[in-house]
Amino acid sequence: MSIRQTFENLLDGAAVTLQVTALAVAWGTVLAVLVGLAGLSRSIVLRAVVRVYVEVFRGVSAVILLFWVYFALPAFGFFLSPLQAGVLALGINLAAYGSEIVRGAVQAVPRGQTEAATAINLSAPRRTWSIVLPQATVAMLPPYGNLVIEVMKASALVSLISLHDLTYEAQNLRRLPGSDSLEVFTAVLILYFAISLGITGIVRLLERRFGRGLDIGRAAAVK
Amino acid sequence: MSPVVGSPVLAQGRGTWDWEFAWEILPDLLRGMWVTVQIAVLGMGIALVLGLVLAIARRSRVHVIRWPVGFVIEFIRSTPLLVQLYFLFIVLPQSFDIVLPAFTLAVAGLGVHYACYTSESYRAGIESVERGQWEAATALSLSKADTWRTVVLPQAVPRVIPALGNYVVASLKDAPIASAITVGTVLGVADYIQSRTFRSMEVYTLAGVLFLAVSIPAAIGVRYLERRLGNPT
Amino acid sequence: MVTQPEHVAEQPEHMVRFEAVTKRFGDHVVLDELDLEVAPAEKLVIIGPSGSGKTTILRVLMTLERPEGGHVIVNGNQLYHTERNGKLVRARERHIRAVRKNVSMVFQHFNLFPHKTAIDNVTLGPRRVLGLSKDEARERAVELFDEVGLTDCIDKYPAQISGGQKQRVAIARALAMRPKVMLFDEVTSALDPELVGEVLRVLAELAEHTEMTMLIVTHEMRFAEDIADRVVMFDEGKIVEEGEPHELFSAPREERTKTFLRAVLDRD
Repeated sequence: MSIRQTFENLLDGAAVTLQVTALAVAWGTVLAVLVGLAGLSRSIVLRAVVRVYVEVFRGVSAVILLFWVYFALPAFGFFLSPLQAGVLALGINLAAYGSEIVRGAVQAVPRGQTEAATAINLSAPRRTWSIVLPQATVAMLPPYGNLVIEVMKASALVSLISLHDLTYEAQNLRRLPGSDSLEVFTAVLILYFAISLGITGIVRLLERRFGRGLDIGRAAAVK
Repeated sequence: MSPVVGSPVLAQGRGTWDWEFAWEILPDLLRGMWVTVQIAVLGMGIALVLGLVLAIARRSRVHVIRWPVGFVIEFIRSTPLLVQLYFLFIVLPQSFDIVLPAFTLAVAGLGVHYACYTSESYRAGIESVERGQWEAATALSLSKADTWRTVVLPQAVPRVIPALGNYVVASLKDAPIASAITVGTVLGVADYIQSRTFRSMEVYTLAGVLFLAVSIPAAIGVRYLERRLGNPT
Repeated sequence: MVTQPEHVAEQPEHMVRFEAVTKRFGDHVVLDELDLEVAPAEKLVIIGPSGSGKTTILRVLMTLERPEGGHVIVNGNQLYHTERNGKLVRARERHIRAVRKNVSMVFQHFNLFPHKTAIDNVTLGPRRVLGLSKDEARERAVELFDEVGLTDCIDKYPAQISGGQKQRVAIARALAMRPKVMLFDEVTSALDPELVGEVLRVLAELAEHTEMTMLIVTHEMRFAEDIADRVVMFDEGKIVEEGEPHELFSAPREERTKTFLRAVLDRD
């Protein structure tokens, strides 16, 4: 196989990796915010449910969860494609960690902010959306960014349930006669590294965008 | 044991839970769990020591040491453990004629991977030791080695024990990945049983339950440790 | 002045009424069966030592604290209760919001939204709650900025302006909701001394030219004497004394009032 073809195959795999990561992060983040906010609710029952969810899905390793979703769920009647299983499992796992970050960041928003929002008669959902979450997001981004990279790394596990991601392609390629597995795996590692750099860059961009007023504040205050 | 490869969705279809079967496979799964724990513990043993070495190396004033070490740490932390394990399992014999048992490779791979995380924790701990301590050591003409040994590390390390504890628990969760390079972790056992009996319900659920039975107490233990040490970070 | 609410055909006898309102924090009784009535357009100043509960009066009215006992009536409506089958029961969020829209508050620590510009702080309520269009809200906001003297600060972020300016933005933000009742919780206590004047000036203007009912908790005694219609001395959860400012300040009847005034006015 020519170098060019090798490269193309790897890029195809990388595209799948990105796809799985992006979908898992999207779905996992929505879940993380919901669970995180639920963890702050006044209902004891809801808080307990959240606690159990967080404990269980942080405690069970991502790979076992993935295998369970893909192999055991069919026995319970739910058949998922490798992509669906991967996104579902990784998203649930992300949310278990992410919800704690969300919860901490929301709690850190000063109480006076919700009080001021109440004083102009904003409804509770509007308060959360327009006032609390934007301020919480800035605090959340750095640790959350690390979580996203962890999801990207965990996405390699979907190769084990035969999804054609970057790792799967690597395994494929190195089995071909005459291939140099050192080259293949080094290239793959470099590609993963590049992706993680990209993610870090995006997180930093988001930090700048969300921290707009707060950043200016910090700079002005320093003067 | 054949390496774990995704089998296409199986013949079982919807089924009912078989308690007898579950009971039968339990001993094998427990053995697999034990292997998993061993990998995690041995791997973390390496990570705890190597991480400290790396952290100290990263503070070296010799740039030729500092930068490559920093880069390698970042690189390993940003790439999947699975691929790193494959690298060890496949490339070492093929390109370097080094043949080692899969278990050893799993421990080494996990250890090096987590050493890159623990080195960051150690680094934070070291940096949290006030400058004045270093200066006092210089004033006493302590050698570099003595400064580290008697002044800095005794203050830095206790501060990061909670973070290190968290990584111990995390490594436990990554250990089953070793089944991809034919190590008989709980996942490898589960897969083996499944491929022989075609029953996936009990085997994966039990694997999960066993895993939680180990990892949740471990996590609680670490949190208890955090509280005892007064949550320094 | 733009800030005048429209004159309602019939106004209730009292704009704000507290009936036997009790508020506890754990064992500590902060409001002790408080009865208080405030007439429409009345400027009421509440003074008293720290921890007396005077801030809690405002916070209960603003629904930031829920009282354990008693009733709060705003503009003729029960704030925390609704009537069902002739009985008063705990009201739901929607009802509370509907009654609360008559009340607005300015806080000691401003509580401006740091991630929004000054003008966005002021237009948020009108747009999201009152349903004004973006332009209408902006128009109203610009007028208010003019009135409080902050036209230069419109597009600045809170962190870029001084404390006195921040507080005036906060006042504009509250005024933008066209409330019938405005609450001021020690709005100058967190300011550097040289910035206090500009905020008090805005308050004095509001007191003189608007028909809003104002409840002001403050330590600024001279200011209180100037603008208040009535002054209430509050301590340990109860009203100690009340009366016209001139009377209360120059010839207080109660011992506790005398002690308090002596301590505060001596400091000046």
